[in-house]
Amino acid sequence: MDWIDLALVVARVIVVFALLLVVTILLIWFERKIVADMQNRVGPDRAGPWGILQTLADGLKLFFKEQVTPRKVELGLYLAAPMLAAIPAFLMFMVVPFGRPFVITLGGVPRQVPLQGADLNVGLLYILAMSSVAVYAVVLAGWASGSKYPLLGGVRATAQAISYEAAMGLSLVPVVLYTGSLRLSEIVAAQSSTLTFLGQTFGLPAWNVFVLAPSFIIFFVAAVAETNRAPFDLVEAEQEIVGGFHTEYSGLRFALFFLAEYINIFTMSALAVTLFLGGWSGPTWDGSLPVVVSGLLPTVWFLLKVLVFLFLFVWLRATLPRLRYDQLMTLGWKRLIPASLVWLFCIGGALAFRNFGLPWS
Amino acid sequence: MGPVEAFIKGMAVTGRQFVATVFGKGLVTTKYPKEMRQKPQRFHGRHVLNRYEDGMEKCIGCELCAGACPASCIYVRGADNPVDGPVSPGERYGFVYEINMLRCIFCGLCVEACPTEAITHTRLFEMSTTNRADAIYTKTELLVDEDGRPNHMVEADRFADFRELAEADGWMRATAPQGRAAYEGRVAWSGSAGVGVRPPEVGQSQDRAEAEEPSNSGEA
Repeated sequence: MDWIDLALVVARVIVVFALLLVVTILLIWFERKIVADMQNRVGPDRAGPWGILQTLADGLKLFFKEQVTPRKVELGLYLAAPMLAAIPAFLMFMVVPFGRPFVITLGGVPRQVPLQGADLNVGLLYILAMSSVAVYAVVLAGWASGSKYPLLGGVRATAQAISYEAAMGLSLVPVVLYTGSLRLSEIVAAQSSTLTFLGQTFGLPAWNVFVLAPSFIIFFVAAVAETNRAPFDLVEAEQEIVGGFHTEYSGLRFALFFLAEYINIFTMSALAVTLFLGGWSGPTWDGSLPVVVSGLLPTVWFLLKVLVFLFLFVWLRATLPRLRYDQLMTLGWKRLIPASLVWLFCIGGALAFRNFGLPWS
Repeated sequence: MGPVEAFIKGMAVTGRQFVATVFGKGLVTTKYPKEMRQKPQRFHGRHVLNRYEDGMEKCIGCELCAGACPASCIYVRGADNPVDGPVSPGERYGFVYEINMLRCIFCGLCVEACPTEAITHTRLFEMSTTNRADAIYTKTELLVDEDGRPNHMVEADRFADFRELAEADGWMRATAPQGRAAYEGRVAWSGSAGVGVRPPEVGQSQDRAEAEEPSNSGEA
């Protein structure tokens, strides 16, 4: 590994970082616009064409606002919590492949450049770990604020995160069993052929969603809950607990929480695409198109698929009222977890039958 | 209804509204300062004191408006017309005329009470001020110009739609004795400065005839 390889790694990380920032800015605008449309309103339309710069303006405003520190805060943790929210959010996306790897010759040596921050062999575990770390930010923010509403939000976050972390983890196991890898690039590669099921070939891409539909549904519900989005936004519940964990935060510290939330939405959508909808795979028409175009097409497919999920996130938010606390627990523990266990058992049995045949034969 | 069915039904509602808004049908917002909505004919906006076509003031200082006002926001003092330069035709004129716009409830009883059609509504409604004293409109603000235009607070006000001001106060004409059905098609009010004698109200029977005729229905 020479310095060019090192530079390529740094460049990839910077690209992912910039991508996430740009995506967040666009996503917040996108959400406000779509929700406005669903409520027969106009939405932001003052800053830039179609109001596309609205988030930038809001961000600048937050940047220059006073950061109020209440007297009763636990200062160290109070300051650490926003960063603890933002850092895992950025880190989580690092392992998601968002385009086809390409080969570039630098310094006389052809080098493989995967379009992802890092191609970890334990990518999925890493993502689950990071999303667990992100929960600490909410809990610590709630506790360190030294105020009752944030504390309530923090307590809610612990229970919610534990419940849905379990469901999410269980819904991912069938994917790992089916594709046989924790490495996200291999999961994508396994889905880029045509669908073959029970010896039959279908005219469909081999996306996991066709085989593992129950996992997909459980994963998506758990993902919405993990990102604390409506209808699972009990953690911030503006109407009940005044913004929950971020009640006492203002200015840039609040902006970090906000940024983390939207990056998480994007990451969860990207994850759903990567694990169930074939990631960046799609027709590229190699040879008949210029190299640059067919090289960038996978990224376009990836972003388009993600866009569908982002729209779904916004659509859910515009439609569903917040769940009551007992409903949240019921859905998590009595519906999703048993359902994913039963499904895991079924898929495990089916795969064992495929690989080893009947146990008595 | 099961939860899944309810979920699908709910998502369909927002989805339908989304499609409607994207195709420009569901949108209820008007971009207010840029686009002015057409106000109803009998809109109760801020008042004006009218003039006759020769420039004479219509107000005769009778204080009937002040008596009719349920919010007691009108203060009028009449005075004898000077012999060598009468302000209004007849004996007396409104010497002082003040309306406290913070108290006014825009009920229109003053307009109904006025025997000379001196006080009428307009369709102006942008009356925000930065202090309470400015909300008390005196004769300076209320009296129309020689050409019949109301004296609007802000000189070059982009909000004022002067086209609307050329139209008569529908409320006054509907509630005036002359607005009765027996007077249909007859002009029974005095002319005003700037606009002259306004045409008679479209009577109820004419409205009905138009509504029953299918060829004209698309117009209004």
